[in-house]
Order: sequence, then C-alpha cells, then structure tokens
Amino acid sequence: MATYTLRAKRRRSALRTVAFLSPWLIGFGVFFAYPLVSTVYFSLMRYDGFGTPAFRGLDNWAYVFQDYPMFWPALRNTLWLVLVMVTCRVVFGLGVGLLITKIRTGVGVFRTLFYLPYLAPPVAATLAFVFLLNPGTGPVNSVLDGLGLPAPGWFTDPAWSKPALTALALWGVGDLMVIFMAALLDVPKEQYEAAELDGASAWQRFRYVTLPNISPIVMFAVVTGVIQTMQYYTQPLVAGKVASGVIGGSGQQFEPGYPDKSTLTLPQLVYNLGFQRFDYGSACVVALVLFALAMAFTALLMRRRGGLIQAGD
Amino acid sequence: MTQVLERPARPAAATAAERTARRRAVLEWIAVHSLGVAAALFFVLPFVFVVLTSLMSDQQALTRDLIPRTWEWGNYAQVLDTPGFLTWWRNTLLYAGLGTVLTVVSSVPVAYALAKFRFRGRNATLMLVVSMMMLPPQVVVIPMYLFWAKQLDLSGTLWPLIVPMAFGDAFSVFLLRQFLTTIPDEYLDAARVDGCGELRTLLRVVLPMAKPGIAAVALFQFFYAWNDYFGPQIYASENPGAWTLSYGLESFKGAHHTDWNLTMAATVLVMAPVILVFFFAQKAFVEGVTLTGVKG
Repeated sequence: MATYTLRAKRRRSALRTVAFLSPWLIGFGVFFAYPLVSTVYFSLMRYDGFGTPAFRGLDNWAYVFQDYPMFWPALRNTLWLVLVMVTCRVVFGLGVGLLITKIRTGVGVFRTLFYLPYLAPPVAATLAFVFLLNPGTGPVNSVLDGLGLPAPGWFTDPAWSKPALTALALWGVGDLMVIFMAALLDVPKEQYEAAELDGASAWQRFRYVTLPNISPIVMFAVVTGVIQTMQYYTQPLVAGKVASGVIGGSGQQFEPGYPDKSTLTLPQLVYNLGFQRFDYGSACVVALVLFALAMAFTALLMRRRGGLIQAGD
Repeated sequence: MTQVLERPARPAAATAAERTARRRAVLEWIAVHSLGVAAALFFVLPFVFVVLTSLMSDQQALTRDLIPRTWEWGNYAQVLDTPGFLTWWRNTLLYAGLGTVLTVVSSVPVAYALAKFRFRGRNATLMLVVSMMMLPPQVVVIPMYLFWAKQLDLSGTLWPLIVPMAFGDAFSVFLLRQFLTTIPDEYLDAARVDGCGELRTLLRVVLPMAKPGIAAVALFQFFYAWNDYFGPQIYASENPGAWTLSYGLESFKGAHHTDWNLTMAATVLVMAPVILVFFFAQKAFVEGVTLTGVKG
C-alpha cells in the first residue's frame, strides 16, 4: 500500500468507483438518457413505425393540447385522483396506523390482515373489485340493496368509477400503514406523558404531539402518493376494460377511459397514441408532459429536508 | 414514594380511582378492538367473497348468492387445464425469477459504492437514481419499444423486460443504499486493515450483514415482475406464448365472459403465490417498506 504514490492511489480509487457503478452507468445511458433524448426527438416528428420519421415542428404538441380528445379529461382525472384518492389514502393509512399502535391483543394477526391486500397483484385486485362492485349481482350492491341504500353503478357509471378506484386504493393501504406505524412508534413517550400531565385531551395530544412529530412522514406519503398517481395505469385500464366487457385476445381495440373517459390517466394516453393509433410523435408529447410532472414532484421530494429523501448525509 | 405512604391512609379513595382507571382501560380496549375487527372485515371480506365465488357453479355465480350451494373444487382444475395458463406460470416465474437474480447482482455493487465510497458527484448520482425511481415507465417506452422491436426484433418475448434488470434497478439501488449506510464503517475499516480489497470486503463482510436488505430487494423485485402489466402488454401482447399471469389473467376474463366463478378461481391462483411468499418472508418485507419511507 505504501508503495503507491498519492496520484496513483487516487486514480485507482476513481477507477474502482466507476467499476462498482458501471452496471448502473450503462443502464442510465441505454435505458434512460438515450431514450429520453430520443423521446424529445420523436415529439417533433411524424412517425408511424414504418418509413422514416418526418419533421413536423410543434404540430404534435398542438394536436395533443388542442385536438386530441383524451388529453384534458385525463389531466382532469389526474387532478381528481390527486385531490381525493391521495388524501383519502393518507388519512385512512394514518388512521389504520394509529389503530394498529393501540391494539394490544393479537396485534400480529391484525397487522398481517391489514397489510395483505397491498400485496394482491393489481390486475387480480382490480378484477376482484370489478366483480365485488358489479351493479347487478355484486356482493356490495346486494348488501346495499338489502339495507335499503342506493346501489350505484360503480365501474359502469362515470360519476362512480373514480370513487370505485379509490375504494380499491384504500383496500391496498398497507404500505402507508406500515410507514405511519413506524413513525408513530418513534414519537417520544415523554411528550405524551407531559401532555397528559397538562391535562391534554386525546385530540389535543394527537394535534399537538403526534402530528408535529410525524409531519415529515405525512409529507412523504402525500408527495409519493402524487407521484404514484402520475403513474396510475394498470388499475384504471383493467377496470375500464373488464367493466365494459371489451376484452379481445390482445385487447388492442379497447379505447381506454370507460365509462365516458372517466378512468383515463396520462400513461394510458401514451399507450393509446403510440400502440393503438401508431402516432409515436404525439405519444412522445404526452410522455414528456408526464416526465415534467413526475420530475416536478420528485424535486419537491428531494428538496425538503428532514424525513423526506435526503441525498446528503 | 408519597403515593406509597399515602395509600394505607386513604384506601377507599385509591381503589375507587383505580377502579375508574381500570374501567376506562377496559372500555378503551373494547373500542379499539371493535374498530380493529371492523377494519379487518374491510380488508379480508373481498378475499372471502372472491374465494367463495370461485367455488360456485356457473349458474350460481351469476346470482346474488354469497355462499356456494355446491362446492365446485373442479373450477380450479378447469382453470389450470385452460390452454396457456401453465405457460403463463412458466413465463412469470422466468421473468420474476431471472429478473430478481439479475437485479440483485447488478444493484448491490452500485448501492455499496453510493453508500460507502467517497467520490465527487456522489450526491448527484444518488439524486439521479431517485429521479429514475420516480419515473413512470411510459415516459421512455416509445424509443425503448422501437429499439427492442425494430432494431433487435425481440418483441413477442419477455427479454426486453428481463435484460435491463442486469443494469441496476433504481429502486433496488436506493433501498439497498439506505440499508448499507446503516452498517458501521468500523467493520469495513477492519476488513481493509486485514488486507481485503473492496470486492473482498463487499463479498465477505458487507454481504452477510446486508442479508435483510437483499431479501427485501429481492422480494420487491419478484413482486414487481409478478405484478407487471404494462411491460408484458407492450412487448408480449402479440404472442400469447410469452404472456405472464398478470397479463393473461385479463384475457382469461375476456374468454370466460360470464363465468365469474372461473375468473375468480384464476384470480385466486394469481394472488396465492404472492401471499404465500409473503408469509414466509413477512419480516424482510415489512422492514423493506419501512426502510424506503422512514430512514432518510
């Protein structure tokens, strides 16, 4: 070791770092940087997969924003999902997390049962919910009918399809439950004892002790929830396909969004434009919008200090 | 101290206060556990209804009945006999199994470098990893598809999904890095003093200590591949011989349009392996979820 000069040593250590990072460096170039540049290129081209791409300037961009009938509904749905679904998931996840920290008997069994649905493969879980919520013979509507309550059309009614997807998302709240549970158990016990001595009510203890302590985790849950909503694809697409009854062998003829564009999300537009309409240029425009939105929220995730993802140490 | 001294003097008051406190504790126990049972019903009943329906006859599955009149275990045999179903199983195992091995092997050294090496641009690299982790796969799918399908002629296979896993998956790198930073540097220094190179240190000292993190990453990656719908839809849809369970399950519903019983049996068969794997590896999995969210 002592025989190396400082410079040789430094070069060796730089080489070593590159060697260890090399799988990811190659992956970054081939599966991220190159296709991202390529996506920008295609967004300016007219290309259907055959022949050579032809330069069209900003035509694709104008088409997507002005004439493509699915873009604005998809964006509106995304906003709805961010406001309602993400909020419901965070509140419900926190509630279930709180509940599990209070349970004294059989906590292991409860935790497993609460967590299990999160693991259900999305296609399987969606199929299960389309069945459970099917308006005619589904168990949920049977029970609602039996209680004399109105039985909505769920996945077949544009007004109810997103609430139905929200119910599905609440069923799989296990990931948030675990994260909140860990955060709640980290709150210093002395703070609760002090609050109790001061005569704070249960709500006041939650409001002034619990919430301030776990607020970074709540932020984390909200921002990752928003990012996940940008990627929301399998559940709305499969729900729409199955509920509409339009499933062929390869499913290429299904126009996503059933019922009445109410389950459209941005990633579905990339599929619709690129792989159903063979308009790769316009598909790349939507892909870039998706990229900008995802990166904006990721930046938010990384900029906040304390609890959110920290790059430094 | 004072309490102990006072207690004999006012025994009646103390027991009364104790009794109220106890009654309150019991009431709270009842309230909390009833809520727990209610929540458990919400999480479990969907599974129960799916399983019950999967055991009904064709006609009964179309009614509002909740309990099977006759228990049709043959439904499961019928699903397994469906042409293609076993091929989807094999493809899924290939995609999930091979993909998981490749991901772990390629992600560990990257995560180790990001956790333990000091070099310029480390934070920038880590931020790029996190950005890639948050990137919807649809963002780069058009050029990727054209690359795999037009240039390498590999559409109709799962290779476009498996090969990239040999190049470090962003989520796995991030999770492993979080785990590896918790290993004290003293262990590594000790190994280096003993004359171990970085690779030996990684293999002999770090890997054995990182087993829980690796287990969590392997599980997540296995579940990711098992659950993936978009990937097979893009690359394998034209060739049913390359479908995975998650993708095939939907078309199964298409082919058995009104047979909710068979569709639910197929759904159970797709869910069951994931849940079985979870029961064997519950601890590693929950640890992994916590690690991604809490430890910064």
